[in-house]
Amino acid sequence: MRSEARGMRLQIAGARVIDPATERDKPGSIFIDNGKIVALDTAPDGFRADETIDAKGLIACPGLVDLSARLREPGFEYKATLESELLAAVAGGVTTLACPPDTDPPLDEPGLVEMLTRRAASLDLARVHPLGALTVGLKGARLAEMAELAEAGCVGFFQGSAALPDPAMLLQAMRYASTFGFTVWLRPQDAHLASDGVAHEGEIATRLGLAPIPVAAETIALATIIELMTATGARVHVARLSSAAGVALVARAKAAGLPITCDVGVHHLHLCDRDIGDFDAQCHLSPPLRDPADRDALARALAEGAIDAVCSDHTPVDDDAKQVPFAEAEPGATGLELLLPLTLQWGRQAGLAPVRSLAAATCRAARVLGVRAGTLAIGSPADICLFDPARAWVVTPAALASQGKNTPFQGLELTGRVMRTLVGGRTVHAV
Amino acid sequence: MSMRSKASLQVGPDGRLKHLLTTEGLPAELIRHILDSADQFVSVSEREVKKVPILRGKSIFNVFFESSTRTRTTFEIAAKRLSADVINLNVGVSSTSKGETLLDTVFNLQAMDADMFVVRHSQSGAAHLIARHVKPGIAVINAGDGRHAHPTQGLLDMYTIRHYKHDFSALTVAIVGDVMHSRVARSQVHALKTLGVPDLRVIGPKTLIPAAVERLGVRVFHDMNEGLRDCDVVIMLRLQNERMNGALLPSAGEFFKCYGLTADKLARARPDAIVMHPGPMNRGVEIDSPVADGRQSVILPQVTFGIAVRMAVMSMLGSA
Repeated sequence: MRSEARGMRLQIAGARVIDPATERDKPGSIFIDNGKIVALDTAPDGFRADETIDAKGLIACPGLVDLSARLREPGFEYKATLESELLAAVAGGVTTLACPPDTDPPLDEPGLVEMLTRRAASLDLARVHPLGALTVGLKGARLAEMAELAEAGCVGFFQGSAALPDPAMLLQAMRYASTFGFTVWLRPQDAHLASDGVAHEGEIATRLGLAPIPVAAETIALATIIELMTATGARVHVARLSSAAGVALVARAKAAGLPITCDVGVHHLHLCDRDIGDFDAQCHLSPPLRDPADRDALARALAEGAIDAVCSDHTPVDDDAKQVPFAEAEPGATGLELLLPLTLQWGRQAGLAPVRSLAAATCRAARVLGVRAGTLAIGSPADICLFDPARAWVVTPAALASQGKNTPFQGLELTGRVMRTLVGGRTVHAV
Repeated sequence: MSMRSKASLQVGPDGRLKHLLTTEGLPAELIRHILDSADQFVSVSEREVKKVPILRGKSIFNVFFESSTRTRTTFEIAAKRLSADVINLNVGVSSTSKGETLLDTVFNLQAMDADMFVVRHSQSGAAHLIARHVKPGIAVINAGDGRHAHPTQGLLDMYTIRHYKHDFSALTVAIVGDVMHSRVARSQVHALKTLGVPDLRVIGPKTLIPAAVERLGVRVFHDMNEGLRDCDVVIMLRLQNERMNGALLPSAGEFFKCYGLTADKLARARPDAIVMHPGPMNRGVEIDSPVADGRQSVILPQVTFGIAVRMAVMSMLGSA
């Protein structure tokens, strides 16, 4: 089991302490005892620190909560391993993450989930919350044993990018999940409309001769999901919005009082189809990068809260899978170590103070996940990210701990570097 | 965030052609230079001995991942008239089914001391990928990549239009048919825009016109009679068999009725309009036989000019 820093007393001193959950943003100290936060600013009576971390010039915030990080185990160890990706997580200040079930085999039985969580816990790095497969083998034919999987530790049920054969199967899956109050996670993309498409339907796909994915692929899927929510009462988390029209549909469902949440991948806040340039396979993502107007709408919706959280959508892809013609390239990009700087950059562009922008990757994400994380509240686990907000670094393969080195931001300079990460009061990463 | 530098893969900083991947972004003076140089090669092809020693000792590899006898042959003839050694490889699906990647195939051929690759592939962007990975000094000619580009076809069409119409700056040109899936249409559009054609039209049903195509500088027509009005040049596109009956079109017959080029429809264009087609033609589907064989048709001269244009491109790339 996780070795919380048993008995250790720790003081983080001199930092600008930001807790988005309480909108706190001021200099101060964090006092940690036995792996938990016991006080802010003023030491509890009789507190004598065994170690004091001098965090002058740094921001101390809750460890980030990432709603989607592919760890690639089991089955894709040539792309990444649990260890490499959990090291990447803490190097990126991520202390809690949800991993999708699209492994090989998929996370569709309790034994697999237990093995994964046990292996993750033994590494003693970031905390891992698996999403169980919604259907057996993600094949869309038979419901997975959701109650059993929940007992094994799954925090939700996800079909990943695999298609469900028809709305009837979705209806039953939502109905069954809602029996137990489980959250169903769904990628809003109609498989028929997306078909063999690889790029947003618009000028760029037309210019490059790439098979298009219309916005209707997202809106039709969302319309179906929302109607079935009304029919079943199921709680749904919509994973990875890509369009302004999609944002509007979810906002309307929220306004109607439906229990719906949604997220956006951090790449989609910054990039659009124009960034594909001359067939840059790094920009082959799923959902596709869309029009600049869609990107701007996503960034605005996240700022306004219509989108609940931002995630890295971390997908380690090996070089062989990217060095092929655009359409044949495996979609996805490494993201765990870019989540913080890209979230801060989005915040700066949106005119948000860090306390607001960090909320999208901490407390707001934790709320979606339904776990106790993403806060510096007294009594919560001392999962803390210490970062230098002014430190610039260049994204290079060597600068990334993840085994996935492929990213559209390759060679670019980003600002904001994690200097130290604590999980349960224990330092798991330090520069 | 706009991040990629706009440095061109195909044109060097000195303005010289390094690869020919697409007509998009090719400067007008470079296109004119290719067409001027093709003029000279037309005369070579009319000689008794149809050969010049420009590429003697150079090895040109025709690497066709998608089979095409006709295009491959025209490149082969062009290379041989330049005295190059030509190696034809129909990679087809065989090599990929053996698990070899596109780049591995290319690296293998590169190790056999190729000087130039002529590449056709079913995926858009394949030629760019290869050009980005070959050793410096090796030139890549895109002989068709997916729906994206077929620049030598686009250039030979420019040659043909210039031959008959001389000046691009007052022309009305219509491209008719399956624009959606056509790499030829895309290459024509970019070249025609660059050369200053003021009225460029595409004509077809909505299922065969790609999204936002007007952003490429064309006007869209769905009524062929209207679209052909006063055209100087009518370019018909080939309709692939697999598109004829299905979700995109109900039947070849209905397509011919609405968008097939007949003498009646052609009468809407200017009396001296020329009719072009990249071949191979589907008679009775996109074009009626009397028009294909009629006095306005320049379809066979296109083929002849194609050799000269490919010679021009190869000589520019090979003597760099």
